[in-house]
Amino acid sequence: MKTRAILWGAFVLLLAALPPVALELGQPFYLDLVRRIMIFAIAAISLNLILGYGGMVSFGHAAYLGVGGYAVGILAFHGFDNGLLQWGAAIGGSALVALAIGAVSIRTSGVYFIMITLAFTQMLYYLGVSLEEYGGDDGMRLRTRSEFPLVDLKDPVTFYYVVLGLMLLSIFIVFKLVNSRFGMVLRAAKSNEARALAIGFSPYPYRLAAFVIAGAMGGLAGALLVNHTSYLTPDFMHWTRSGEIMFMVILGGMATHAGPVAGAFAFLLVEDMLSAWVPLAFVREHWQLFLGPLLVLSVLFFRRGLAGIFGKHDG
Amino acid sequence: MGEALLEVRNLAKSFGALRATDGVDLEVHEGETLAIIGPNGAGKTTLISQLAGNLRSDAGRVRFAGEDVTALSAPRRARKGFARSFQITSVFPEFSTLENVALAVQAHAGHSLRFWRPAMSDPALIEPARQVLKEVGLETRAGVIAANLSHGEHRQLEVAMALATQPRLLLLDEPMAGMGIEESERMIALLASLKGRLTIILVEHDMDAVFRLADRISVLVYGRIIATDSPDKIKLNAEVRKAYLGEEA
Repeated sequence: MKTRAILWGAFVLLLAALPPVALELGQPFYLDLVRRIMIFAIAAISLNLILGYGGMVSFGHAAYLGVGGYAVGILAFHGFDNGLLQWGAAIGGSALVALAIGAVSIRTSGVYFIMITLAFTQMLYYLGVSLEEYGGDDGMRLRTRSEFPLVDLKDPVTFYYVVLGLMLLSIFIVFKLVNSRFGMVLRAAKSNEARALAIGFSPYPYRLAAFVIAGAMGGLAGALLVNHTSYLTPDFMHWTRSGEIMFMVILGGMATHAGPVAGAFAFLLVEDMLSAWVPLAFVREHWQLFLGPLLVLSVLFFRRGLAGIFGKHDG
Repeated sequence: MGEALLEVRNLAKSFGALRATDGVDLEVHEGETLAIIGPNGAGKTTLISQLAGNLRSDAGRVRFAGEDVTALSAPRRARKGFARSFQITSVFPEFSTLENVALAVQAHAGHSLRFWRPAMSDPALIEPARQVLKEVGLETRAGVIAANLSHGEHRQLEVAMALATQPRLLLLDEPMAGMGIEESERMIALLASLKGRLTIILVEHDMDAVFRLADRISVLVYGRIIATDSPDKIKLNAEVRKAYLGEEA
């Protein structure tokens, strides 16, 4: 318990200290990298709510990155730069899409659930491709970052701290949720559905609510991501993206609070290292070839994920 | 006797050509303990699952407290006062003993769309859960993760979870299965203490337990009830002896 608190404290301090250090060293690139990782961590944290705690293997979490991204991008395209409006639309839109997808898919389970969530996300992907006005296949530039009173996201350091704050808030929200009565039903239904039914729980509405909350948080990550890249493409919703987010959760440790964050950092740092830092040109060019086996090995050796290294599950 | 708490008429369930439940009629009165015995494969677990609502019946009706519950799902029956234990241990293995029981309390404490306050420090859930653990004799094991309990303790926990839902009708599917003599004795004592307070349907192979606990016994063979009577008369019933007890006598 105590070790964990210290680890969390050190982690937050490290992240908070990064911008001044990186700028001092003349390496603003790291700011960019870590900000991107934290955005994906938010997506992974939200997926962990339904995948880790709810047992719902959603293979379509990139859909909400896309909906969130497009909500911001389309509003900006039409001249609405207000961040509250943009992010509100991103979160609200994703929640609605999650409600529609969840209402249908949660009635199924197992492989069918995986395939249905994947199919819905593919539909959204092709919808994005077909939106010629908004760049179609090629996507489009975001004219300007979301504008907020008092906070200027155009300043990379400010934006960094906003993302850090939202990531910590996401961790806290999921922590509160899974330990509430709502979360107990969600986890109980995952643990032993027959038993949950027998004592009188009807899991469907709780699973759907979790699915919508996860979608909304995914939409927030999408709004952040489009601000981060300043570019919007249907690739936000590509199925490989869904797979990557799922992988971060599994690599880091399902149903743990640190897991999705650890997974996002490990996955994206290794990816970045292989594709840019390794001195061998061959490895840099074919980095996927090396990432794959690394991922396989890590899943084999860290059965309970990276978070499992530091002790037992912390549900 | 007045109207039965549970009234089952002509209940049927087939799996392909196998008639697992074949026109079962049952009446159980408030406060009564009815034991259902029968050889392996007689359809006892199928019947319990149909009564609990886990398994949809092909035909027949189930009335509970004067209300037709035939079409209700398992969770809705549970909220009306049904509680069951499973033949094969079925608890929430990753949760502590206390949490398992608190979950059962929570399932009957209204809706659970409460997103913020920690559930497991809520006295409204924890206090009743502790009470029930004490009743079944598991209070010293409250903090243990359920997966690490012994087999006998699992069975006790199942009963505790059933009790925590404050049921009117307890459906127990072989609560003594796989228990040693000492554990069985403890379970029999526990069930004896519930007798009269609750209405119980008990499926059990342990004849000693059945004859000590049951007010009436129904004998199920090939999905049909061939006799329902007091324990003494069941012992003497020739058909029953042939079908079932004969093997053991």
